[in-house]
Amino acid sequence: MLDDHEKDIVDALHADLSKPEHESTLYEIGMLKNSCKVALRELKHWMKPEKAKTPITIFPSSGEIVSEPLGAVLVISAWNYPFLLSLDPLIGAIAAGNVMVLKPSEIAPASSSLLGKLIEEYLDTSSIRVVEGAITETSALLEQKWDKIFYTGNGKIGRIVMTAAAKHLTPVVLELGGKCPVVVDSGIDLQVASRRIIAGKWGCNNGQACISSDYILTTKDYALKLVDTLKRELESFYGKRPLESKDLSRIVNSNHFTRVAKLLDDDKVSGKVVYGGEKDSENLRIAPTILLDVPRDSLIMKEEIFGPLLPIITVNRIEDSFDVIRSGTKPLAAYLFTNDKRLKEQFVMSVSAGGLVINDTTVHLAVHTLPFGGVEESGMGSYHGKFSFDAFSHKKAVVYRSFAGDAAIRYPPYTKGKLTLMKALLGGSMWGIILALLGWSKV
Amino acid sequence: MESLEGSLAELRQMFKSGKTRSVAWRKNQLRAIIQLVRENEEKLYKALYQDLGKHSVEAYRDEVGVVEKSASYCLSHVEKWMAPKKSRLPLLFFPATGEVIPEPFGVVLIMASWNFPISLALDPLVGAISAGNTVVLKPSEIAPACSSFLANTIPMYLDPAAIKVIEGGADICEKLLQHKWDKIFFTGSPRVGRIVMTAAANHLTPVTLELGAKCPAILDFSSITSPSEKKVTAKRIVGGKWGPCSGQACVGIDYALVDEKYATELLELLRITIKKFYGENPRESKSISRIVNKHHFERLRSLTKDPLVAASIVHGGSVDEEKLFIEPTILLNPPLDSEIMTQEIFGPLLPVITLNNIQESIEFINSRPKPLTIYAFTKDETLKDQILTRTTSGSVTFNDTMVQFLCDALPFGGIDQSGFGRYHGKYSFDTFSHEKAVMQRGFLFELEPRYPPWNNFKLEFIKLAYNYNYIGVILLLLGLKK
Repeated sequence: MLDDHEKDIVDALHADLSKPEHESTLYEIGMLKNSCKVALRELKHWMKPEKAKTPITIFPSSGEIVSEPLGAVLVISAWNYPFLLSLDPLIGAIAAGNVMVLKPSEIAPASSSLLGKLIEEYLDTSSIRVVEGAITETSALLEQKWDKIFYTGNGKIGRIVMTAAAKHLTPVVLELGGKCPVVVDSGIDLQVASRRIIAGKWGCNNGQACISSDYILTTKDYALKLVDTLKRELESFYGKRPLESKDLSRIVNSNHFTRVAKLLDDDKVSGKVVYGGEKDSENLRIAPTILLDVPRDSLIMKEEIFGPLLPIITVNRIEDSFDVIRSGTKPLAAYLFTNDKRLKEQFVMSVSAGGLVINDTTVHLAVHTLPFGGVEESGMGSYHGKFSFDAFSHKKAVVYRSFAGDAAIRYPPYTKGKLTLMKALLGGSMWGIILALLGWSKV
Repeated sequence: MESLEGSLAELRQMFKSGKTRSVAWRKNQLRAIIQLVRENEEKLYKALYQDLGKHSVEAYRDEVGVVEKSASYCLSHVEKWMAPKKSRLPLLFFPATGEVIPEPFGVVLIMASWNFPISLALDPLVGAISAGNTVVLKPSEIAPACSSFLANTIPMYLDPAAIKVIEGGADICEKLLQHKWDKIFFTGSPRVGRIVMTAAANHLTPVTLELGAKCPAILDFSSITSPSEKKVTAKRIVGGKWGPCSGQACVGIDYALVDEKYATELLELLRITIKKFYGENPRESKSISRIVNKHHFERLRSLTKDPLVAASIVHGGSVDEEKLFIEPTILLNPPLDSEIMTQEIFGPLLPVITLNNIQESIEFINSRPKPLTIYAFTKDETLKDQILTRTTSGSVTFNDTMVQFLCDALPFGGIDQSGFGRYHGKYSFDTFSHEKAVMQRGFLFELEPRYPPWNNFKLEFIKLAYNYNYIGVILLLLGLKK
């Protein structure tokens, strides 16, 4: 499906988001094919029951953990990576053996429509359906009883999804967002770091990605050097007129355009722009924009930006940046650029987020051996690789017992002697068991 | 008496200080739990007898012993569990490293049920502490002596700045649920489970719900032919129904399914075994718990009010309102649409449903909500396989009852109406942990094709790289591939 219709997918993404072909190939099609390949290769292994040791107290017995599909699952996808965020969870649901309904985002209508068409054509429609639509359709879906709901989007809707799920005691995975910070230490290869920051910010749907760098933290001393390098690299990537660059996505629609533009409205904020700031409301484009030291209580520092604006906050000592991060809610990802081993350790120990990357941004998305998910406001549950299979499976515990090995101490009538022996048995001490049996227990 | 807000603030502060993250702190607290249980054994038996009429053997087996074992197990494994787990990364990212690090969630709320008021409070607590969290424990007010014991004793053994017990009923629960928690662990009924999850949704708090549902016992007497095996089966059924809190257990047998050919034989075996365990007059037996309170007593009594249900009683049926005692009671084929067959019984009444042949039990179970556990007594490998693959439940136990509860290596939890999430052993640690992915890269080995401006070469490179087609990548770089 992905191979046959690559061009159609690229076109749909271009229609919805003006996404450059390269990004569509890298982040949507490429990653999906990889996901499929991993699942195809590993599925047999994932489906195998896992042996589990049973305690000596119920000898002879054996145990195992069997993976079962949960049943009928609902996958609600987002608009910024409409193919990836629809099909990647679907791959997990399929691998685990479920039936499913996919509700793509109406904010990416060309992609939603193409997904509906392609899934009907290529996949088993008796077990995989697509329901297109907006709030009405989503609400109707949420009223039904599902065996699992997988939602990608924002915290506000996440709460609505979980509340609806609660009515049926349906477990959920919520992949939400947050303000993903980037801490930039001195003494690093600044060119490489800047390029990686840019790739993870403007190279990811022009900043409209849950794991995009939202803001930067660096020391007052280093800030200007960082700004200069970023400016230089941005120009080498997108040229002198980035508003016209074909290598950048546009803002998805006028609602979001207005939302992002508003973040710059505040006088105290607009004065801090050190690069970019240009807007083209007709074409829904905003140029890559860097701001330096906006007020901490401004809207741009309180809300997830989800756009091409990158504030840089300066601190006195680089360690102070961890406190700044901890003063906010836990993000989906946090990034650190440094060569200092101690700083790395401190970062890993004290910063809580869905995932951390040191000396790069966003790449952990592509690693199928790492769980991808949030914590606290950035979500619950995780997926990718085997984690996807597990997210859509029920792990059923099975115990096999024989009729031999029946201990009378389990059964009434209860006596003091039975209590003593039972303690010895559960306590696991062979000597205690022998003594108790012989009636010479110390207890 | 601290205010709720004050307590929560203290717990947040404690967590922020990082003290609960250390191995030493966690191990000390686990040791303290073991000490608490060992030094207060008699007090525990007294409280459990007061609340539920439990004999000390039952109390040890299902509560005290369980907690001791759990804490010991976590004590010996916690350091290993805390260690980061390395993940293999694809060659494409060389020389990056990846690992998964378990982190505590923060401040967690544990709400315990009344039927195993000690183990359902302390066993999750063991998990929460092992994972490094701070905790508010809310014991069930329906078991007041145990609740009181926990509230008085825990502060004497455990770190009071990190673990607090808050007693109370529905109004306290409501207040607690209005606050933001980093995790909620709830054991109880599906009705309250919904309330808990709805409240948790407001704050995007992850939850584990250990609920209940009707756990069936499939009895395949066609494959269990020797008298000794039949005797063992009967003992395990009686032990699995009336043994745990007189049937007031989420994992207790709710009802039994048997081929009608063997119904009479089964009933006789059960009668003999009940007499053996509880004597001629079970009301006088000290080896069986009582019903927890008037409300549940009335609820159970009303299950047999329906004349058709009452007519199906083949053993027992007598009650003692003053002592809150209901005799072990067996019913044969009560109407399938009666309340006793549609609601979780949670008491000492055992409906036995006969089928034309035992294979029908699968259809029977599948047409009802998914249970927490399916018990199946059979030696027929085909039937075992069918039960495993054609039904769904939290767990399945063959040829015994209750024992899956003792297995630290097996996840204990439900599915569908019986809940979600799991614990016991390492699963307890995991259920109270956030698994944080950490990836580290160096500054060498830059992949140019990652960056704009885009061109065909870069596109081709990315496509090959994503297929892990390293040969193709090399050829492309050498200019030998188109």
